[in-house]
Amino acid sequence: MLILILRRLGSMVLIMLVVSLILFAIFETDKLAVAGKVLGPYSSTEQREIWLEENGYNQPFFTRYVIWAGNAMRGDFGQSLQLKVPVSQVLWPRLANTGILALCLFAIMIPLSLFMGVLAGMKEGSFQDRAITVFSVLTTSIPEFASATLLTAVFVFGLGWLPGTSSMTAGFSFKELVLPVLVLLLYDFGYITRMTRASMAEVMNSQYIRTAILKGLPYQRVIMRHALRNALIAPFTVIVLQLNWLLSGVIVVEVFFAYKGFGKLLLDAALFGDIFVIEACTLVAVFVAVASQFISDIGYTYLNPRIRFS
Amino acid sequence: MNNQEQPVLDIKDLCISYYTRAGEIPAVVDFSLTVKPGETIGIVGESGCGKSTVAMAIMQHMGSNGGIKSGSIKFKGRDMTQMSDEELRQLRGSEVSMIYQEPFAALNPSLLLREQLMEVPLTHEDINREQAYERAREMLANVKLPDPDRIMNSYPHQLSGGQQQRVVIAMGLLSKPALLLLDEPTTALDVTVEAGIVKLIADISRKYGTSQIYISHNLGLILETCDRVFVMYSGEVVEEGTIDSLFTWPRHPYTHGLFGCIPLPTADKNAAPLKPIRGQLPLPHERPQGCYFGPRCDHFQAGRCDGDKVDIEHVTGSAEDHMVRCLRWQEIDHTKEAPGGEAKEAMELGGPVLEVNQMKKYYEVIDSSMKALISGDRVKYVKANEELNFNAREGETVAIVGESGCGKSTFAKVLMGLEGGTDGEIKHDGKDVSETLVRDRTDKQISSLQMVFQNPSDTLNPSQTIGGQISRVIKKFGVASDKDEVFNMVMKLLDTVKLPRDFYYRRPRQLSGGQKQRIGIARAFAGNPSTVIADEPVSALDVSVAAAVTELLMDIQRENKTTLLFISHDLSVVRYLSDRIVVMYLGHIMERGTTEEIFEPPYHPYTEALLSAVPIADPEVTKREILLEGNLPSVMNPPKGCPFCTRCPRRIGDICDNEMPPERQVTDTHRIKCHIPIEELQKVEPVIHVPAPEERLGKPEVPASTH
Amino acid sequence: MSTTAANTIERPSALSRFFRGLGLLRESPIGMFGAALVLFWVTMAIIAPILPLLDPLAAIMPFQKIGAVAPDGTTFWLGTDDKGRDILSRVIWGSQRVLVWASLATVVAYFFGMLMGVAAGYLGGWWDEVISFIGNVLLSFPVMILYILIVSYLGASGINIVIAVTFASAPGIMRIVRGLILDLRTRDYIAAAQTRGEPAIRIMLVELLPNARGPLIVDACLRLGYTVVAIATLGFLGLGLPPPDPDWGLMIKEAVPLGSFAGHMMVIPALALSSLILGFNLLADGLREISLRD
Repeated sequence: MLILILRRLGSMVLIMLVVSLILFAIFETDKLAVAGKVLGPYSSTEQREIWLEENGYNQPFFTRYVIWAGNAMRGDFGQSLQLKVPVSQVLWPRLANTGILALCLFAIMIPLSLFMGVLAGMKEGSFQDRAITVFSVLTTSIPEFASATLLTAVFVFGLGWLPGTSSMTAGFSFKELVLPVLVLLLYDFGYITRMTRASMAEVMNSQYIRTAILKGLPYQRVIMRHALRNALIAPFTVIVLQLNWLLSGVIVVEVFFAYKGFGKLLLDAALFGDIFVIEACTLVAVFVAVASQFISDIGYTYLNPRIRFS
Repeated sequence: MNNQEQPVLDIKDLCISYYTRAGEIPAVVDFSLTVKPGETIGIVGESGCGKSTVAMAIMQHMGSNGGIKSGSIKFKGRDMTQMSDEELRQLRGSEVSMIYQEPFAALNPSLLLREQLMEVPLTHEDINREQAYERAREMLANVKLPDPDRIMNSYPHQLSGGQQQRVVIAMGLLSKPALLLLDEPTTALDVTVEAGIVKLIADISRKYGTSQIYISHNLGLILETCDRVFVMYSGEVVEEGTIDSLFTWPRHPYTHGLFGCIPLPTADKNAAPLKPIRGQLPLPHERPQGCYFGPRCDHFQAGRCDGDKVDIEHVTGSAEDHMVRCLRWQEIDHTKEAPGGEAKEAMELGGPVLEVNQMKKYYEVIDSSMKALISGDRVKYVKANEELNFNAREGETVAIVGESGCGKSTFAKVLMGLEGGTDGEIKHDGKDVSETLVRDRTDKQISSLQMVFQNPSDTLNPSQTIGGQISRVIKKFGVASDKDEVFNMVMKLLDTVKLPRDFYYRRPRQLSGGQKQRIGIARAFAGNPSTVIADEPVSALDVSVAAAVTELLMDIQRENKTTLLFISHDLSVVRYLSDRIVVMYLGHIMERGTTEEIFEPPYHPYTEALLSAVPIADPEVTKREILLEGNLPSVMNPPKGCPFCTRCPRRIGDICDNEMPPERQVTDTHRIKCHIPIEELQKVEPVIHVPAPEERLGKPEVPASTH
Repeated sequence: MSTTAANTIERPSALSRFFRGLGLLRESPIGMFGAALVLFWVTMAIIAPILPLLDPLAAIMPFQKIGAVAPDGTTFWLGTDDKGRDILSRVIWGSQRVLVWASLATVVAYFFGMLMGVAAGYLGGWWDEVISFIGNVLLSFPVMILYILIVSYLGASGINIVIAVTFASAPGIMRIVRGLILDLRTRDYIAAAQTRGEPAIRIMLVELLPNARGPLIVDACLRLGYTVVAIATLGFLGLGLPPPDPDWGLMIKEAVPLGSFAGHMMVIPALALSSLILGFNLLADGLREISLRD
């Protein structure tokens, strides 16, 4: 078990190293271009050279990478070109905003989708199964920005119940969170529901469930005690990995609703060419993804006694 | 037996159907069965005959597409087909329990066995947790599991297959059921482990008075466990009776045919070969008019057997409950028929083809445990094959026998060049091939050494036509390259394995298991090999089909003077077809010799146990009972001395634990690897006693006194 | 072919097998509905040039409602946008654009993904270590971030979208194929091929890959849907196929600020997009259901 954790941790570090190296190589191999971005398109070559010298850019590539990576680890990602403030100063509040969004989403999505999935998988082929399956395919088929459009058309322009933007300029407002969370929920819950359903259906078809039924156990005990435990192992890992998906989805939703979160920060940076923000955001996103992968692996091992005690 | 006593189970005219896309499929037709208290009933038949469907119907667990069409299942007088779900639930597990084919799949992988055992009495009886724990513990001890407390606190995967099955049996018995259903309970287990479970099952009814229904495809196992037997064919019972009456005097041509397909100790590949039943089991919706067995029956009479549905009737002159479903049972005189198929000429053996000298195969594994990491001793060797020595001559059949993990498949891999040997040599046609991987072998070497695989379901590539697959072999080995020539050779091969020529364009999923194995044989022989390895080629097939495939394999071998290496776990098949036998255990050859030498003393203690473990479907054959204790040790962690020392009933002392036994020479051809001197082993009684033909009962015994 | 023997044997045609396979889809109403949706859009995309459509780029009359009729008698069945272009025409031409690029991107991603997966699964050892690690690195990027990075770095164009989709999808395909191959390689027919000395490349491509096709067809269907989403999303974020050619994502992006008074401008392309993806998802579902049944 300990070996496994160490091994996973090792591969996690390795992936972070490779990813950061790739990022650094893409954005900072061409030193002059970096200086050009910082000093603006009208700076002269001499000015750029001076800037490079001052900022230690004339050292060998790997020395620069090590310094850069070291700074990044301490949370120093440099100065944002677009916002003219240290990247960390914008990054953390934006992340926190996205965190709020994610928290609301997960708090609703996990119980809902697990419940629906179990309900559908319990009786494969039944009406409840068909209905839940079709509904979840339907919602998953509407891309986030399309459902955002449709919901906006109804709730903002049609009924006028909810605000169309969620920039929270007038302070925190739950009302502004409703639409972003709803859009993400619609898109993401179907996937977990279907995974849970498949897992549950597989378990319900297994021989040990047949054993449990033929032992004469009450149906409730068969489900709660024998089926759920095994059926929820797979969805657990999917839920954790969902963090990775969320970071994708959140970009669209934040842009659509002008929500001041991490995704919007990244997209704005990408469109502007704000390389230090892009680097920082990507590193953070990959870190979240790798860390969630790590947690899901360990969790899977822990939940599965077949691996835990081997 | 007392007829006044109420039967535990009384099934009357049961018809079960499955409803599928293709319409209604009758799986079981007019099935009737009475189980008296304490009685063990056997249901025997080949796959698809409906025997498991009967079991699931008794449990009233048919799945969503199956249903009971008519008839009744009365348990202690109450009709189960009329019960509510709640009534059924109270019956299941407490009055009727079931034991399954795959114990590992039947146990919940993520619950402690303690939980899974205790919930049975906790659900069905009014007792507290301490009492339930005590009860479960006691039952584990009763099914002869060592250290019940440890097992109570284990997960299923921490036990061996045999232990798991014992746990399942204990679970079934916990609430003292009146009826126990056993669906092929030993099929997934090794022979020596199976013997222990069979013994345990046979003791249950004696100890607890439980009635049992034992479902199996193996007539030998039925003989060892049951009082009465029902033979099923294509959804109906064709013959039923007490063990004695049915086994000594089978009346139905199908029952009789089944016995002709089993390699009994009296069968001999030359003098009295197996007599396969021709054709195959009809699909449920393609059953013929009249007698379902008609198209495969040698005694079929047109106009009579294909008329009305045949009723089951009493066999006059036999035991009271000996019944048969055949119109002609009185006319057919089975004693007039030769006991087996047509006699064949014995084969002349040629010069040596294969010589294995001191062959070793070790696997390196990285030990990733904490302990190994600290001690730095991380590389371990798994000795899959240790010093193998034997040889095979042209036209000879050499059998390699052993249970799982004995290294027989590893040897096949090295021989075929899929993996390199670690040390020693394997000379094939005079050249050492042990370290030559298949990609370094010449086409000639490859084509002269081919293999028939075990599993019919994946021996053929599902996305290629039959013809394409055989043609590829012919072209690859350069036997022929011209398109027409190749095509004609494939046609000839199809003829050889007795399959219709239009199979050329078929795909594997359109073929039955036996047909696929035939194609596998055709493929192996396409390049005219001098040696063929057959890795359990018939173990996954039904008895009647297996017999046909076995005979086919031997006919082709005979024709081509091929050397056959037959890998198997089944000593009765091996005795039947091989000239010489190699017995393996945990990577070592424990004993080797001619077939006669292996089956007569002196025995290696392991061979002795194996012989005793093989079920024999002949009530007049007697066996000495030898039960092995304990589990097969892991190949990863074998005993230091003799590999068999942990389970050996003849262990003589510390020398067995600490020293590798020497290979003792009994005769030129017979070697035994054991510390016990040959003279002592010589004194051992033979395990199997086969009565001489004149001692046998020629007719049914006089029916026991009836009320 | 030998005339004597061939006469007795009839060879079933490949076409008849294909139609029998298609016929199976009838078993799944959901799959049929999905297939109908996909087929509808594919047909639209193919016949777009011969349909009597208005020029999708021509500015005629801005902000016309659904079904509005111009003074010269032309009907705007789905209205016009802010620049006065006919929305019906733009939606249909947009379907062609998104389908072409999505199919191309999926095919390219499949090509690389399958090669990597087969090599990793069958050859094992270092091949597996290296390929799987590359896959893990790529999979550790949230997909949309990978798209944004690649497209913003290379610039927004069709080819670059294909590249981005390949980077994002190939590792996932690789994993699926690798898993399938790991399972298939233990089959006896592979051992049979090995024992007759077939070269590894033949075993991988002829013996293994065709047997993995079932799950891969289902996956390809789903992935086509994802790719359509990705292309449209990139368009919506302003990183997609360059204007002025009609693009569903871009159409929505341009319509959002005007949503309060020209709702149809954003609702129509959103519905078109969703119906196409729904089609792919349902089709995949139906195919999976059928493949599980046999």
